[in-house]
Amino acid sequence: MIIGALLGEGWAAMRANRLRTSLTMLGMVFGVGAVIMMLAIGQGAQLMVSESIASMGSNLFIVLSGSTTAGGLRQGAGTVPTLTLEDAQAISELPEIAAVAPTFSNTAQLIYASSNWSTLVSGTTPAFLSVREWTVSSGEAFSDSDVRSATRVLLMGQTVVRNLFGDENPVGKMVRVKNSPFLVLGVLAPKGQSLDGRDQDDTVFIPITTAQRQLFGTEFPGMVRFIMVKAKSAEVMDRAEREMIELLRARHRINERQEDDFTVRNLTAVAQAAAGTTKAMATMLGAIASVSLLVGGIGIMNIMLVSVTERTREIGIRMAIGARRRDILLQFLFEAVMISLAGSLIGVVVGIACAYFFSRFNDALVVVTLSSVLLAFGVAVAVGVFFGFYPARKAANLKPIEALRFQ
Amino acid sequence: MQRPLICVNGLSKYYLENMPVLKNINFSIDSGEFVAIMGHSGSGKSTLMNILGCLDTATDGHYYLEGRDTAALSADELAVLRNRLIGFVFQGFNLLPRSSILDNIGLPLLYAGKNKAERREKALYMLDRVGLAEFGERRPNQLSGGQQQRVAIARALVTTPKLILADEPTGNLDTQTGEDIMKIFQALNEAHNITIIVVTHEADIAAHAKRLIRVVDGRIASDQPS
Repeated sequence: MIIGALLGEGWAAMRANRLRTSLTMLGMVFGVGAVIMMLAIGQGAQLMVSESIASMGSNLFIVLSGSTTAGGLRQGAGTVPTLTLEDAQAISELPEIAAVAPTFSNTAQLIYASSNWSTLVSGTTPAFLSVREWTVSSGEAFSDSDVRSATRVLLMGQTVVRNLFGDENPVGKMVRVKNSPFLVLGVLAPKGQSLDGRDQDDTVFIPITTAQRQLFGTEFPGMVRFIMVKAKSAEVMDRAEREMIELLRARHRINERQEDDFTVRNLTAVAQAAAGTTKAMATMLGAIASVSLLVGGIGIMNIMLVSVTERTREIGIRMAIGARRRDILLQFLFEAVMISLAGSLIGVVVGIACAYFFSRFNDALVVVTLSSVLLAFGVAVAVGVFFGFYPARKAANLKPIEALRFQ
Repeated sequence: MQRPLICVNGLSKYYLENMPVLKNINFSIDSGEFVAIMGHSGSGKSTLMNILGCLDTATDGHYYLEGRDTAALSADELAVLRNRLIGFVFQGFNLLPRSSILDNIGLPLLYAGKNKAERREKALYMLDRVGLAEFGERRPNQLSGGQQQRVAIARALVTTPKLILADEPTGNLDTQTGEDIMKIFQALNEAHNITIIVVTHEADIAAHAKRLIRVVDGRIASDQPS
C-alpha cells in the first residue's frame, strides 16, 4: 500500500475517535516527557559533579600530616605536624610528579576600610595554581621570591573580593590580616562549589613562609598541614602513590613495624566515586521514567485491540476487495505508530518545558541533550511498533468471511 | 472449446462434522454468463457464493477459477485474485462509513497499487457511469439505499473484473430500486460481457438472469436456462 494512503487512513482513524486517541496519546506524552525530564536532571547532576571535579584539578593527591600512636592512643590525621617544606621539596623531585603545593592554612579575620570578613587563609607556594588548575583573573600571582623572603602579599578569591571590596578593584590595595597589612597582588578566577559543597572562592592565598613565620606562629618551624601533589598523568597515579609513601617513610625514618605518620589520599579516586554515584542515580532515574513509556505503550496496544475489534467488518470489506494481509497489518501498525509518534512529539515539548521549569524553581542544573531527546523519541516509536504489532497482526490474520460476517 | 471461468467439482462444505452445508456440488459457468443462484435462507446459497468469491474455502472438492485450483492458493494470492478478477456487491452495501464516496470506489485500486491520481480519475469515471457524479465527496450515510448500492457496483467495477458476485443485492431496497439495480447488471452483462452471478431468494430478481441454479439443502436441485 502507498505511504500517503496509509497516513491518510491512520489520520482518519485517529480523528474518528478524538477523545480516545488523545487519551492514548497522553500515555505517550507522560512517558516521553518523564524520560526527557529525568535524563535532563540526571545529566545536569552529572555535569555539576564533573565541573566540580574539573575545578578541583585532575590527578590530585593530598598528603596529610599523620596520625601517631602515643601510648596506645591513636590520633586523627593532621593532629601532629610531621610534614615539612623539605618533604614537599623531596616529593616534587619524584619522576611521576608534576607539581607540589605545600599548604599551611588557618582562618583569620580580614579587614578593608569598614568591611571585615573571616576566611580561610592558606599559605602555599606559587605551584598551587598549576596543582589546582587555577588562574589569576586580574593582577598577578606571588612568586617564589615572595616565598623565600616571606613578603606580605596575597591572592584573593572572588567571594572574599565581593565581601570586602564590593565593586571596587582590590588589586594594589592593602588589607589587614590579623592586623598585619598585606598587599593584594591579584584576584583568582571563580571556581564555584567543590564536590562537598564548599565555596572554593571563599579563600585567600599567601606565601607559605609568611603564614608560618608571621601570621600563624608555630612551634615547629617549616611545618606544613598538608601537601597537594599533582601527578603527571592518570596512568602514573598508583606508582606515584607508592613512591611517595616509600619516600616519606624513609625520610621520617619509620621502620617496618611502625605505622605511617602521614596519610596519602587519592582525591581523583574520591571524585570518580562521586561521579559514579551520580551516574548510577541518573541511570536509575531514566530507568524509572522508561517504565512510564512502557505503560504508555500498553495503552496503545489496548486501544488498538479495541479498534481492531470495532473495525472487524471494515477489515472484512477491505479483504473482500483485495487487501492482502500485509496491507491490513501496515494500516493498523501505522495507526499505532502515528499515535505514539504524535504523543512523543508533544512529550518532547512537555519534557523540555518541565525540565526548564524544574531548573528555574529548584536552582538545579538540568541538561536536555539532543541525544536524550532522540533516545526518548526513538524508544517511543519502537514502543509504538512493538505494542502496535500484536493488534495489527490480529487484524491481518482475520479470515475474510468471518470478518465480513462480524456484526 | 473455451475453458470455463468457473468450474466447481465435487465441492462440499462442513461447518460441523456430519452437518454439511453444501454437498457434492458440480457445475461450471462460462465467461459472459448471467446466472442466478436461488434458494431459501439456510439452503447454502450464500456459503456457495462466498466460496465462489474466494472469501471462504471448501472442505472437500475443487473450485477452479480461470482454471486455477483455489485450494492451492495462499491467503494473499486469493486477495490478489479477488482484487483483479472479482467485484462484490453485498446486500448491506458494505461501504466504509468514514470514507468519501470517491475514496470508497477507489479503494480496490489502492490495493492494486495504483497512485492517487489514477484512483481518483477511475473512481470519477465509474461514479459518472452509475449516474452519481455529483455525490463524490459525500459520505455513504448521506446517500439513499439505491444510491449506496450503485456506489457499491461502481466499486465492484472499478478494477474491470471478469466476474461480479452479487449477494442479495436488492434485499435492502424497495422493488423499483431493486429493479433498477438488476437492469444495471443486465446492461453490464450484455454490453460488456461481464460474467454476473446473483444470489437471491426472490423469483422476480432471478428472472433477470439467463440461467437459474436452484439450491435446496446444500444440493443443486435444478440448473436450467430461465
